[in-house]
Amino acid sequence: MVEWAAAILLIVGASFLLLAAVGIARMPDLFSRMQTAAKAATLGAGCIVLAAALHFGSAGVTVRVLLITAFLFLTAPIAAHVIARAAYFVGVPLWEGTIADELRGRYNQATHELGQLPQLRDQRDEACEGAAPST
Amino acid sequence: MNMGGEGVVGVVLTPVFMMLLTAIFLAFWRLVRGPSLPDRVVALDAIASLSVGMIVVYAIATNQPIYVDAAIVLALIAFLGTVAFAQYIERRARDG
Repeated sequence: MVEWAAAILLIVGASFLLLAAVGIARMPDLFSRMQTAAKAATLGAGCIVLAAALHFGSAGVTVRVLLITAFLFLTAPIAAHVIARAAYFVGVPLWEGTIADELRGRYNQATHELGQLPQLRDQRDEACEGAAPST
Repeated sequence: MNMGGEGVVGVVLTPVFMMLLTAIFLAFWRLVRGPSLPDRVVALDAIASLSVGMIVVYAIATNQPIYVDAAIVLALIAFLGTVAFAQYIERRARDG
């Protein structure tokens, strides 16, 4: 029974890893490639590692497996975020079918800090202009 | 070819190895081809995840739980490498 669960987890994990790799090879731009890599690869590796815990069935391996799983699930989103941020600053081109780039113009190009939202800035400017003549 | 394990896990191991190998080849193709440096970093990160899977499957195939330790180390190092690469790319963009 446990062996069956381990075998199924192995197949599922390998399928997810294969899907992640196909996504990396086939997706049209960096950001879509990255999201397949980050999510599918994390789930696939997690499934395979869990299969190892079931297969060996000893406390030592299970602790190591939980360590790997926790570490993968903590670090994969951080790594993906950091690469995406760096790629956005470098100006990696978006796919030509992209319909929205909500970060455009919001980063301070000198300090790489996220500035104010454009509509908030516009509202504030309007309020200042409205207040100026009355004083 | 039946690698070590008996029962249903032993039957499943060969197709799992083949799928992982195909996946590593696909990611490696992106690593070689990738038009920009961040593309290559993403491919490298994915290859690290795939290698963690491969090492763990190999540990099951050879029935040697000690290899799981290698997978822990690889997962750690890969994260550090990815973050370092990203810092380098970003700093290079900022300093021109």
